[in-house]
Formats: sequence, C-alpha cells, structure tokens
Amino acid sequence: MGILDIYLPIAGVSLDVIALLALGTAVGVLSGVFGVGGGFLLTPLLIFIGVPPAVAVASSANQLVGASVSGAIAHWRRGNIDFLMGGLMLLGGFGGSALGVWLFALLRRIGQVELFVSLGYALILTLLGALMLIESTRSLLRRRRGGMRRKLHQHTWLHGLPLKLRFRRSKLYTSALLPVFLGFCVGVLSAVLGVGGGFVMVPAMIYLLRMPTAVVPGTSLFQIIFVTAAVTFLQALENNTVDAVLTMVLLVGGVVGAQFGTRWGAKLRGEELRVLLALVVLAVAAKLVFDLTVKPDDLFSLGTIDA
Amino acid sequence: MSRIRRALLALALIGLALPARAEQPLLADLSGHLIAITTGFTGTSVVLFGATEGPGDIVAIVRGPERDVAVWEKRHFAGLWINGASVTFAGVPSYYAVFSNRKLDDIAPPSAQALSQIGIANLHLDSLDPETKPDAATAFRAALVAQQKAAHLFGEYPGSVAFLGERLFRATLDFPADVPTGNYLVEVLLIRDGKVVSGQTTPLVISESGVNADLYEFAMNNAALYGLAAVLIAALLGWLASLPFRDA
Repeated sequence: MGILDIYLPIAGVSLDVIALLALGTAVGVLSGVFGVGGGFLLTPLLIFIGVPPAVAVASSANQLVGASVSGAIAHWRRGNIDFLMGGLMLLGGFGGSALGVWLFALLRRIGQVELFVSLGYALILTLLGALMLIESTRSLLRRRRGGMRRKLHQHTWLHGLPLKLRFRRSKLYTSALLPVFLGFCVGVLSAVLGVGGGFVMVPAMIYLLRMPTAVVPGTSLFQIIFVTAAVTFLQALENNTVDAVLTMVLLVGGVVGAQFGTRWGAKLRGEELRVLLALVVLAVAAKLVFDLTVKPDDLFSLGTIDA
Repeated sequence: MSRIRRALLALALIGLALPARAEQPLLADLSGHLIAITTGFTGTSVVLFGATEGPGDIVAIVRGPERDVAVWEKRHFAGLWINGASVTFAGVPSYYAVFSNRKLDDIAPPSAQALSQIGIANLHLDSLDPETKPDAATAFRAALVAQQKAAHLFGEYPGSVAFLGERLFRATLDFPADVPTGNYLVEVLLIRDGKVVSGQTTPLVISESGVNADLYEFAMNNAALYGLAAVLIAALLGWLASLPFRDA
C-alpha cells in the first residue's frame, strides 16, 4: 500500500500505479520486440498481482484493442495488410468471440473459470513454446549448415477445400473456409483467455495458410483489433468485467514500452532470442500445470452469485 | 484527524446533555455516515461514540449488504485440483464485524448471544439448496467464515470499545481498502447482566465517489454504452501512440 495506489472501480481493488505502468511497459516492450500482442503474459500477470480473473481477462482484451490499433496503423502505412484475408478471419472471429463470451459466463456460473483459464493457457503456451523452439532451433541449425530451402508450395488436403478465392496481397489461391475457421478459433480464445491470439494466428498464417511473412503481422493485428473490440463490448455487456481505468493505465505503459521494444527488436531480433522466448513460454506453461497438480493450502474458494 | 476531534467534541456534548434526558439508556452515533471511496482509497476508519445510562457492556455489530455466496471445495481429479462440490449460502453479509469492550463470552451467555445474533458463530447462514446435508454445510460454512476473516471482512474485536469514565464510550471501526460498497447497518447494544437492555441502529453508507462512482454506475447501468466507450478510448489511445511514427 503506498500513496500511489489507484482504486480500480470494476475490479474493486486498489493497486500500485507504478506496478501497473511497469507491467504495461514490460508487455509493450515484449510486443515491440517479438511482434506479438503480449496478452498471453498480461492476463496471468494481472491475476498474479490481485486482479480478479474475470476482470483480468476482459480488461486485457480492452488493452489489446489499443495496442493492436497502434501496431496495425504502422503496418497499414507500409501496405502490409491483406484486407480480404483479414475480413474473412474477422467474420469467423465475431462468431467465435460471441461463443467465447457465452462460454465464459457459463464457466463462471459453474465455478470453473480458474481451471479453464489455467488449463487453456498451459495448453496454448506449451504448443506455442514447442512450435517456436522447433522452428527457431531449426533455422539456427539451417543457418549454421547453410542451404536447404523448403518447397515453395506444399499441397495438402487443406488446399482441396471448396469456396476458393484469390488473395492478391498474399499471392494465394485458397479456400475462404480456412481463414474463417482460423478466425473463429482465435475469437473463442480471445474471449475466454483475454488474448488477442496473435501468437496462434501468426504461426497458423505462416504454416497453414502459407501467407508471405511480410503481410502476416499486419493482417493478424488488423483482425485482432476487431475481435478484441467485440470481446470487450460483449464482456462489458454480459459480465460487467471490463475495468476501463485498469485498461488506460496499462495502455499508457504499453505505448511507451512498444516504442522501446520496436527499437530494441530491430537490433536484437534473431534465432537465439526466439529460443529464449520459447523457453520462457514453456516455463510459464509448466508452472501453470504444476500449480494445478499441487494440493492447495485452502481447498475452499468463494464465488459470488450474480442475481 | 479533525474527524476524530469532532467526534470527541460531540461525545463531550452528549455527556453534558445526558442528565436532561436520563430515560434514554443508550445514545450512540458515528463520526460520519458516508464513506466515499475515491481513486486513492486505501481503507478508512469511522469513530463510533456514545453514552450509556448506568453500567453495562457495549457491543457494536456492523453488517454490510447481503449477497449470495457460493463456496467451492477443490477435489483431486485426474491429477489436478479442481472445483468440485459447492454450497451456496443465501444472504451472507459482505462485511460483518463485532466490536465490544470485552470478550463476548464474558458479556453474555451463549444462549443470549444466539438470541440476539451476536457474534460470527450466531450468524444465520443458510444454504440455498434445502437438500444440503447439515454436516456438509458446516464444513463449507467454516470455510466461508475463515476466508472472510482472512480478508478482514469478518471479525470480532473484543476490547475495541473503550469507556471514558463510566458512561462515555468510543470505538474506531476500521474498514479495509477492498471493503464492499453498499448500505451498512451499525447496531449498538447495551448489555447488562447478560441481557440486552437497549439497542440503537444507525445506517452507514459506503459508496464509490467521484469518477469511480460514475464509472461504476455507467458500467453497470449502461453496459452497452460503456463497452463501446471502452473500445473507442482504447482505439483512440492506440492511434495517438502511432502518431510519432508517422514519418518513420
């Protein structure tokens, strides 16, 4: 408790402004360096410092609206957004986020939000960490050995799906169902876990859709703006869990952090750094699972019932 | 601490005024009836003061607004500890504190305490589901009380009421930073020879004030508009943040 405590009206707790600003900045730096939204670290950290999980999830989504607008504008100026692809993802994303918010309200009623959020994060972080680790060590090895390019177009059953469309900016001719489905999955994730889903979207766009790397971050951010906006709106409407004061403080920190992050990222980016991030992500996942398997000190927990 | 000085002054005035109205066995009031939670709120205290006619013990019971609370018990399932059985208690006070000049058991016998619902043990906490087994409910009730106590939302504070002389008393009621908002009732009892001889109830309102209150009200009553505003403000901040990089 210090002089700089700020009372968060929706969360109903007082927290240190400096700690919140630092958290926002740290996540901003991360998003600048690695090009991910950082929601997957923000939500667990907010819960860790005492924000109720439901409020942490909803407010993180709100924070991501601001963060992704900022990022998407930068990519748009460089012409790196495939609006057709993004629009289709968005279509799925709205459906997914509506389902997600409904699912979240249901989980809250049956008292399983905590479990679901922890398990969901553990699963996603493990997948993500493993993928990143494999990818980055591979490219590390490839660089050392030098050579061996992968085939430009690998055809799988995914390319046999109907409703094919031509995506000019991505230089692709593929089924519209793919981006819609991808958007739907990320929409659910976004609502239930308070993440933008960039860390799922980006690898999926590269490895599943096989989009050119240059247009991936911009297109991902473009659709994340709208999905997180929809999630924020629906969470506010259904669950009253968006704390605007918390969001603003985090955003102010995040804006500053992203500036530094982008500059450092330009100098630091490399396979070694991605290996490091992969290890951190895997460690967080391991900790989440470990916490669920250890017998808690207090077997009981309270939950208020909404009228 | 001018609030406390004012309370003491009022206390002295009551003391002076008492002989004129000797029929009133108990007079009590709070130094304030409104606690405003502002942006920098880190908890606060309110002074309870009053005077008694004749000897006796003072017990003050502070109750916060009631709500239904679900208590979940974790069980081991497939290697994980997850929420299993639950009991929902109806009308649980969100804040419950008993202030007294000495131990409750020294003031009144258990039967009298139960009759007047004095103390956490005598709080009526009933399961919403009538089929809950009594012994199961007991364990859940104990867990509920323990957690509320740990959060400083339930408590018994013997010795917190101080007598100044024989008839004047005062107590400082402390409220934590995360005190629930709503309408509170402060019940002051004068107990003589184990029997409640007089009682007085005063209201206390704890509410968010200023920007906080407006935001909270807005979020709860105009959820759609609030959601829209939250999105737009975040987007605006994001756009502002991108401006310095326009020429980059």
